[in-house]
Amino acid sequence: MNSVFVYCEVTEDAQVAEVSLELLSKGRKLANQLKVRLEAVIIGSSKSASIAPAVFPFGVDVAHIASHDNLFPYLTLPHASILKHVFEKEKPEIVLFGATSIGRDLAPRIASALKCGLTADCTSLEIGDHTENRTQREYKNLLYQIRPAFGGNIIATIINPETRPQMATVREGVMKKEIFNPKHKGTVKKIDVNSILSDNDFSVSIIEQHIEKSKVDFKNSQIIVAGGYGVSSKENFDLLFQLAEVLGAEVGASRAAVDAGYAEPERQIGQTGITVRPKLYIACGISGAVQHRAGMDQSAQVISINTDPNAPINAIADYTIIGDTAEVIPKIISFYRKNSK
Amino acid sequence: MSFRIICLAKQVPDTRNVGKDAMKADGTVNRAALPAIFNPEDLNALEQALRIKDTRPDAEVILLTMGPARAAEIIREGLYRGADKGYLITDRKFAGSDTLATSYVLSLAIRKLAPFNLIISGRQAIDGDTAQVGPQTAEKLGIPQVTYAEEIISLTDDEIVIKRRLEKGVEIVRATMPLAITVHNSASHCRPRIARLVMQNKHARSVTELQAETRDYTELYQSRPYLQINEWGFEDIQADVEHLGLSGSPTKVKKIENVVLQHKATQVIRTDQEIEALVKELLDAHIIG
Repeated sequence: MNSVFVYCEVTEDAQVAEVSLELLSKGRKLANQLKVRLEAVIIGSSKSASIAPAVFPFGVDVAHIASHDNLFPYLTLPHASILKHVFEKEKPEIVLFGATSIGRDLAPRIASALKCGLTADCTSLEIGDHTENRTQREYKNLLYQIRPAFGGNIIATIINPETRPQMATVREGVMKKEIFNPKHKGTVKKIDVNSILSDNDFSVSIIEQHIEKSKVDFKNSQIIVAGGYGVSSKENFDLLFQLAEVLGAEVGASRAAVDAGYAEPERQIGQTGITVRPKLYIACGISGAVQHRAGMDQSAQVISINTDPNAPINAIADYTIIGDTAEVIPKIISFYRKNSK
Repeated sequence: MSFRIICLAKQVPDTRNVGKDAMKADGTVNRAALPAIFNPEDLNALEQALRIKDTRPDAEVILLTMGPARAAEIIREGLYRGADKGYLITDRKFAGSDTLATSYVLSLAIRKLAPFNLIISGRQAIDGDTAQVGPQTAEKLGIPQVTYAEEIISLTDDEIVIKRRLEKGVEIVRATMPLAITVHNSASHCRPRIARLVMQNKHARSVTELQAETRDYTELYQSRPYLQINEWGFEDIQADVEHLGLSGSPTKVKKIENVVLQHKATQVIRTDQEIEALVKELLDAHIIG
């Protein structure tokens, strides 16, 4: 069987991105199960020429490196041309990408070029067998690509029985970054960039890049952490942002919290704010006036964190945690870290 | 020659509207409780196309959708907002298509509408959230792509400048055309329906819809041909059956599990052990994590 490959993203300072290291850790486990090699493809500026020692401890057996000043910052076409070239030659069994704005831009282009299957935003990857119902044909050691679908209402297991590579993207933080062996050594294969790329690969060019805080996005948030007057200070409100970051959630607020200056007006949820319907709504120190409930009572599940056992919000909550937000949120974060894979 | 913009759109179940009645007692999705809507980011995309049309008299906005016969609804929705015409790509042979088979069909339909300057679509559809069809269609057409677009900053005959919304900031890129663009939900909302266009297009129908209705539209269509919603099947786009539907889709669904949204009476939690048990329960149910 051929190798497991990971496309490694390179950061501004010529480091391998966290998400890629997480995927290498997962890729090593899959490779061990399949008894194959783990290979990395690293495409970056000339500064990344000597990047290989950074990935070997994660169990990389072969590091394919393309380094050229044209290759950073990321552009779709040159990276796609190089990957296509490598994969047509190496014929990987599995290829993993980070589900980042780079991975989600690049992976589909490669899947289309190689006419293979791709599953986006996997939350779990496993190796397993499959018997085709119609033909009774058996497939051994397929990649189970497990992901939520249908707005998070179902969990689907996707397989690619016939085509190779089996490709998947995975979000940052889903897999655990683990050193495989600090002394592990692999080999480096330089990719001859000039023989692969042409001027056509540079028809899109970057004029400028800058950090700009994104706007509040409730529409695509499955989880919302919202705070009320009971959060009691702007400092405590920062805890909500920490919890939201850990859970991949958006932060909302009640009218009272906005009026008290704990949160920006665009975060206000309720009759005069925004109406939300997330899968999970965590109400922190929100008493639950009817105006607020109007904006969130369609949430699929509600957790209320409140010092008052008789707060009106508790009547529509599935769970009520009796306690102070400032004490309860750090506990949730640590229990989440302890128990998530 | 016109400046042709092809807008890709999908009719989707409104998965954002997951209220307490969206799951049936047996834990399966209650599709009847989820209305079919114009995919939200495709509306952001349509707005970008219409803005180009606002500034260029030679621009022509063509809406292209693949789906069942009822997806003609979103073509009418697009006409009400300012699209010039619409094509519905529909065939039973397309059923079960994954993103690769879908992009194959779309690319054939687009080739039939060539020459074009821009393909604009939403970044992703809310029923699958894959964000794959845009880039895959671009690859099949052999044209470059700019994903996560938030705003078209400038446009000339040869060059387009686009602001992209990425995880940690923004990026401004310059590109040549033809080009495929996928639009992020942080882009401007789509303009509302325009009363004049609703009056003008409310009788727009596809052939399948005409056959299902009893009223005779023949005369109306002879005098107002723009009311025809074009319908193409697999033969019209000369598709290879092998590349369609389930046989053209490398990904297969092995298993579906429902995320059971149970509503119990409020459970009161006071101890650390109980908080940890709740976190574990939410992780096991895939509500978080």
